[in-house]
Amino acid sequence: MSTGSVEVVYRGIFQKTLAKNICRGVVFAAKKAGKIGIAFGRYSDSPERNGIPAKQFAVVSDTEEELEEYLSRYEPDNNDVTIAADDTLCKGVESWAWYGLQPINKLLADGGTLLVTSTQSPNRLLSFIHRKGTPYNLALVRSPASFSGLWVYKDDHTDVRLLGALAKVAPHIVSLEAILETIKEQWKDDSKVQSAKKAYGATESHPVSAEQGNEEIPYEFELPGWKDMEEGLVIRGISAEAQSITGRDDGGYVPTRNTTFKKFSTRSMRPVINFDTCTKCTVCWLNCPDTCFDVTPDGFYDANMDACCGCGVCEAVCPVADCITMVNEEAFDGNDGQWEAWNKDKEAYAGWLAEKIANRPPRAHGFHHVGQYAEEVKNESA
Amino acid sequence: MSPPKTATAKKAETEGPGGPSAGSEELISGSEAIAHACRLADVDVITAYPIRPYDTVMQYVSQMISNGQFDCDYIVAESEHSQFEIVKHASTVGARVFVGSSGVGWLYAFEALAVTAGLRLPMVAMVGNRALDDPGAFGVEHNDALAVRDLGWMLCWVATAQEALDTALIAYRVAEDQRVFLPCAISCDGAFLTHSQSIVNVPSQEAVNSFLPPYERGDKLLHPDNPITIAPQANEDWVMEIRRQSDAAMRRARKVLIEAYEDLNAKFGRGGEPFIERYMMEDAEVALVGMGTLAMPVKVAVRKMREQGRKVGFVRVRWFRPFPSEELQQALSEVQAVGVIDRDYGFGSAFHSGVLANDLRSALYPMERRPKIVSFVAGLGGREVSAANVIEITDKVFDAAGGDATSDQDTYWIGVRE
Repeated sequence: MSTGSVEVVYRGIFQKTLAKNICRGVVFAAKKAGKIGIAFGRYSDSPERNGIPAKQFAVVSDTEEELEEYLSRYEPDNNDVTIAADDTLCKGVESWAWYGLQPINKLLADGGTLLVTSTQSPNRLLSFIHRKGTPYNLALVRSPASFSGLWVYKDDHTDVRLLGALAKVAPHIVSLEAILETIKEQWKDDSKVQSAKKAYGATESHPVSAEQGNEEIPYEFELPGWKDMEEGLVIRGISAEAQSITGRDDGGYVPTRNTTFKKFSTRSMRPVINFDTCTKCTVCWLNCPDTCFDVTPDGFYDANMDACCGCGVCEAVCPVADCITMVNEEAFDGNDGQWEAWNKDKEAYAGWLAEKIANRPPRAHGFHHVGQYAEEVKNESA
Repeated sequence: MSPPKTATAKKAETEGPGGPSAGSEELISGSEAIAHACRLADVDVITAYPIRPYDTVMQYVSQMISNGQFDCDYIVAESEHSQFEIVKHASTVGARVFVGSSGVGWLYAFEALAVTAGLRLPMVAMVGNRALDDPGAFGVEHNDALAVRDLGWMLCWVATAQEALDTALIAYRVAEDQRVFLPCAISCDGAFLTHSQSIVNVPSQEAVNSFLPPYERGDKLLHPDNPITIAPQANEDWVMEIRRQSDAAMRRARKVLIEAYEDLNAKFGRGGEPFIERYMMEDAEVALVGMGTLAMPVKVAVRKMREQGRKVGFVRVRWFRPFPSEELQQALSEVQAVGVIDRDYGFGSAFHSGVLANDLRSALYPMERRPKIVSFVAGLGGREVSAANVIEITDKVFDAAGGDATSDQDTYWIGVRE
């Protein structure tokens, strides 16, 4: 088979330009080896919402006929390389035309390479990445995720570093020489050529066995046939029976939620809550755009991690200093609530909370203030 | 504006000028007949935006409200788009609605028109057929209403004011039937019907009540006691199933229409055959087919030609959606050639035919013995189609029946200045 494909999984809006740049680079580089290629986007929401998992693909081939097969597909499978532009995507994605949680390595060919930008250890990432059932490789480009907004592009060389790494893990798709030449031509920036070359040398690749990884069975669901579906585009409200976090009839309120479209794969940060300083003012509960706060029996508000998109509105509106803090999603396992842990052992919870906040890796949703981009570039070059 | 009503409860019959007594005879136009149907159907919400010739319906409706003969929420919107959106939403909460427009006004509402069928809302609309501007032409052409022909709207054309009134009642009954729940547009030819008065039997409220049940939205009613979401975003995962549901509803509409006409004939002593009208079709060798007020000159010409011994008949298509393929196959199975007169155009379509001719060709194709089909475009922009035009048309159809091999390979423009 002389067709090669690269899947780039990225976070909508923040990494759109980054993903596009990588795929364009692949196509231009393949052209230098006499191949033809295409690059295309597959969004899972339109317009892409903040953080929503989205994809770009680059497919290169010897002939146009082979390429045609890919053009009208949702998502090519058997990709030679899957690039996760943000390591929190390793927890799985709710992807376009995929009903449930799609493991990050689902569309990777046997023996292919999952390439991730991350500062985490391979073992830490494998605690998120679902078991594939066949062996593959996990390669790392050492870097925090490159995030920026829709209208600006944080040119921190992540695009060319990933292209350099790609030449290392999949030389049959693009050679280093072709990549470097392409970068020179397309970006006209020698420092970007150097970054790619450096990444090529630094990329570590680790073999992953068929059985390695997160044992969780990702949720999936069946779609009903047209005769079983409600007519008239009607969706029934879910009955709002009062229930409690504890499962007992002890007060509190947990809204009934969509059991199939959970949305947490959109999250790259999650709120941690200091219940000791919380004044029960209700502002987070009222302002959460996804109704993700559960009311606890004692009147606190606990963010439900199956429903939370990680937008950070709760942190922004909370009037109490350091009560709600957004922490990089990679610091957490699973989606357990926090109130129960606090309720069980307040001292241990306080220690856990302090540790999460103190060690939180840097992470931002785009840019918070004018000039942040300039500051970050300055810091990175320093 | 009157307070909203919670149900389509019927009120007592009113008397007075313009407000007919039970089973009265009135000299009224097609537009006024539609307004009477709205009153008799006790419509809850009517939205309006003026454009000729539909605006005449607005005039009669507002007159009835002003005279205290009709109680409904009458909203003059700021555009056709809002006009159709407002009734679309009113329909979700169980209000019986009426709306209408003409020509480019109808098309200005297109976004609302396109989604109404998928939402399964029984909006009833009157289209006062009008040419699509520019240059401000206000005469009749059928392309305005036909623009929604593939989108899940039931579509019919009427020929008289009486038929306009009766068909509007049929439209409510069928559109609001829970087996259907599709929007329905009644097309009335601009000027020739909207502005022509004839004697019409306006049925009593009791008679209408016995024919038309109240609008029951059932468990699709948008109400605090029935919490539902209507029309959330749906993508490739749902859209094809949604379309298939609308398709099934349109298929079911056929049977519901037949039932409605049976009941209308039984209770009102009029109504005729549901989908088509056959005129002098017994022993006909050739047939003409058309829609709307075109029937008038055609019938005149057919009678003249019959007097001369020419065996010609006429089939008037009353319901265009659902398209009466079975009835047309049956009605045209014995003729040698068919002349289709379109008061519309299909630029660049097969044989450059009008819309009706193309659908008819398609419907007759599976027949073992197919008649020749000759297509004609006539009467555009409100141009008169005369009996002489119809005879000219019929001559060409007889030529085709006689073996003229070229006659069904193109479309004739009748009454156009060369």
